[in-house]
Amino acid sequence: MATDSLNPRSWLYPTPRGLYCEPGGFYVDPAVAVDRAVITHGHGDHARPGHRAALATPETLAIMRARFEGMPDTAQQSLKYSETVRLGEVEVRLAPAGHILGSAQAVLTWRGQRIVVSGDFKRRPDPTCPPFEPVPCDVFITEATFALPVFHHPSDAGEIGKLLRSITTFPERTHLVGVYALGKCQRVIRLLRAAGYDKRIWLHGALVSLCRLYQEHGIDLGDVAPASEAILETFRGAIVLCPPGAIADRWSRRFAEPISAVCSGWMGVRARARQRGAELPLVISDHADWPELSQTLKDVGAPKVWVTHGREEALVFHARSLGIEAEALHLGGRDEEDG
Amino acid sequence: MQAFAALLDALSFQPARNAKLRLIETYLREVPDPDRGWGLAALTGGLDFPAAKPALLRGFGEDRIGPELFHLSYDYVGDLAETLALIWETDCAAGPPPTLGEVVDTLQRASRSETPGILKRWLDALDATGRWALLKLLPGALRVGVSARLAKQAVANIGNKPVDAVEEIWHGLTPPYRPLFDWLLHDAPRPSSNAGGAFLPPMLANPIEQGELGALEPAHFRAEWKWDGIRVQVAASGGVKRLYSRAGEDISGAFPDIVEAIDFDGVLDGELLVRREETVAPFNDLQQRLNRKAVTLRMLADHPAHVRLYDVLRLDGEDLRALPFDQRRARLEAWMALKPRQRFDLSPLVTFRDWAHLAELREGTTGDGIEGLMLKRADSAYLAGRPKGPWLKWKRDPMLVDCVLMYAQRGHGKRSSFYSDFTFGCWREVERRRELAPVGKAYFGFTDEELRWLDKWVRDHTTNRFGPVREVLPDLVLEIAFDGIARSTRHKSGVAMRFPRINRIRTDKPAAEADTVDNLLKLAARAAIDPS
Ligand SMILES: [Zn+2]
Ligand SMILES: [Zn+2]
Repeated sequence: MATDSLNPRSWLYPTPRGLYCEPGGFYVDPAVAVDRAVITHGHGDHARPGHRAALATPETLAIMRARFEGMPDTAQQSLKYSETVRLGEVEVRLAPAGHILGSAQAVLTWRGQRIVVSGDFKRRPDPTCPPFEPVPCDVFITEATFALPVFHHPSDAGEIGKLLRSITTFPERTHLVGVYALGKCQRVIRLLRAAGYDKRIWLHGALVSLCRLYQEHGIDLGDVAPASEAILETFRGAIVLCPPGAIADRWSRRFAEPISAVCSGWMGVRARARQRGAELPLVISDHADWPELSQTLKDVGAPKVWVTHGREEALVFHARSLGIEAEALHLGGRDEEDG
Repeated sequence: MQAFAALLDALSFQPARNAKLRLIETYLREVPDPDRGWGLAALTGGLDFPAAKPALLRGFGEDRIGPELFHLSYDYVGDLAETLALIWETDCAAGPPPTLGEVVDTLQRASRSETPGILKRWLDALDATGRWALLKLLPGALRVGVSARLAKQAVANIGNKPVDAVEEIWHGLTPPYRPLFDWLLHDAPRPSSNAGGAFLPPMLANPIEQGELGALEPAHFRAEWKWDGIRVQVAASGGVKRLYSRAGEDISGAFPDIVEAIDFDGVLDGELLVRREETVAPFNDLQQRLNRKAVTLRMLADHPAHVRLYDVLRLDGEDLRALPFDQRRARLEAWMALKPRQRFDLSPLVTFRDWAHLAELREGTTGDGIEGLMLKRADSAYLAGRPKGPWLKWKRDPMLVDCVLMYAQRGHGKRSSFYSDFTFGCWREVERRRELAPVGKAYFGFTDEELRWLDKWVRDHTTNRFGPVREVLPDLVLEIAFDGIARSTRHKSGVAMRFPRINRIRTDKPAAEADTVDNLLKLAARAAIDPS
């Protein structure tokens, strides 16, 4: 489908403000407020406040409204999965990325050449969003958060099983589970429900509004309630979800002998788990692991891959060994995400 | 193997003692024989696989994913066994994963050339945690923060028995310990403790509380010096000779000079020291011998070990533990008088008129050889554990220095939301600039209320964070108490304290007036001089 003469870097390239699509006149996930942005998903390092116009899935726009107060209606342009819209000279489609609710890959087509900006993605099933759709393309821009062969995320069910087993072994202790507020939290709740855990799940105040938003989008979280509303005795043997930072915070002192569990892809590496002070590290990630990254390169079949957002070196090396023309794409404004 | 892997994994992240016990107990109850016994052997350091050394694993990783990706991975993870466990992919066609019993059995018999092939097959069949546990098992030392004593405590707990009941028979048992589990879980008779060189649980003393002495009758007590060495038990019977630490750990390997000098049948209680001529060397010298697995001839010559005896539990097959202290002492003295002995001498009784006189004698001692006094009731039988009343220890007053708080780290378990591990420093001059050098770490000595105060102070004065550690403004003086101090090349400041603890928080004292490293070095030099 590509015109060989067209250099993709001539129409989509990194700038200090973010990845810029020149013939479309928009940025993808810019690091600062811009006139026109296409947003892949609601995480803080991708969706930022203050754009004059932002194009995203309806779910992502809802998340942005919940996070950024006073976002004017005129600034929002909603595009459902599988719909297509034209921005400037460029055709834009949003394809499911399987990362969190509303997460999408930006599929950009110009003069017959197609570039897919994957944003963040994963390949394993997630009960809170539709699965990643591999879109054949000329250039695939992939994330590389967990791009090392040491990252093989184990099965979600097995990790949730560890948590449930710990509750059986320590029935008198509160299990504080550190989760990222957007996506991980709601997915962990759904996984617990799927494992048959039907007791009330308690929430740190910072998680409440996003859980409500997920419920409004038809994701059944079962019996959840803010942890502030109950007395200490209630929390014996209970599961309390909180942002990872709250575990070491004074907030956690209200619980009896808490066990700190942390859910993140980083928990697969012991030194990282220890650094976080996790007594029960659970490897549950919303990002593709090494085999998923590798499989995705094969599935999209792009002859060119640009690697960003993480451990570029290993994935560039690996892609080249698969015969793909690969290079690192350095974008500013990305923190190491919670994973 | 998976149950054992899950146990090791959970233990390696669990800092609290009680939680560790619960994890081990659950494992021992739920896993059937013989695997639970092999698991216990691994935790107590009872397994050795001479042909399966970690060096075999070199090359495994590069072969698997190529040198470039392997080195990027190893760089990131930092641990070879863990890197291998993570990069290896489970092969569904490899069949079921091995049981722990199968692993132990096969590795003990496999030759050096067979072992790599066997390991690869197992790595294929196991999951990442299983692979990690398998590779941890190879060197013999698991390093998951579980002592042999703790594992034995867990074993005792599953049968509601005291740990000393397990300790007494332990050295007559071999993995996978079936008779032990039959006794603890299925009411079978207790295994016999008749094995040669068996360890007998020692009797321990309680510290003297403020004012307690006045209520006691001096004539009912005998006094001994409390030596600054290591409490040991010398046990020999049926041709087996052993030296044990107070916790029942067999330390014979590090002290062949002592073991060689055993030419009797009995169990004796005493203090292990390094002694040159008549002089007791500083505790540090003893520590150097302790930390070695194999002792060089030079070490044996420079750091000669010695046991100063103060009690006898068993002699020529006769159990003396029920006898009163005075009678045991008489037996010990008579036995020592039989012939001159290399490497053993008698700890003398300290005669005194009354408590004031004894206090004076205690004040009169200085230096590192003596830690204080032991008081033992003349009529006390030798009882395992720490019974209240019969034996008391009366330590010398601690030494005190003023230090400046430098770093604080979050604690574990109940203290995990508190900054409760404190690193403190003293002043020194480097290139004509005054700076703080860390001299020690303390995590006790304060009340709960003081802990809350310290925690808040740390949070309010943080200047830098590194993971769970916070660096603080050098503004808070802590009075540190400690029991001994010696020069140390392993510490940056050049000194090492014994049992440092926070004695007082000195908000009244400006940080600039805290002690200097020079002062500490002087204290260490004085402590090294022999007291006698
Ligand atoms: Zn994300
Ligand atoms: Zn991201």
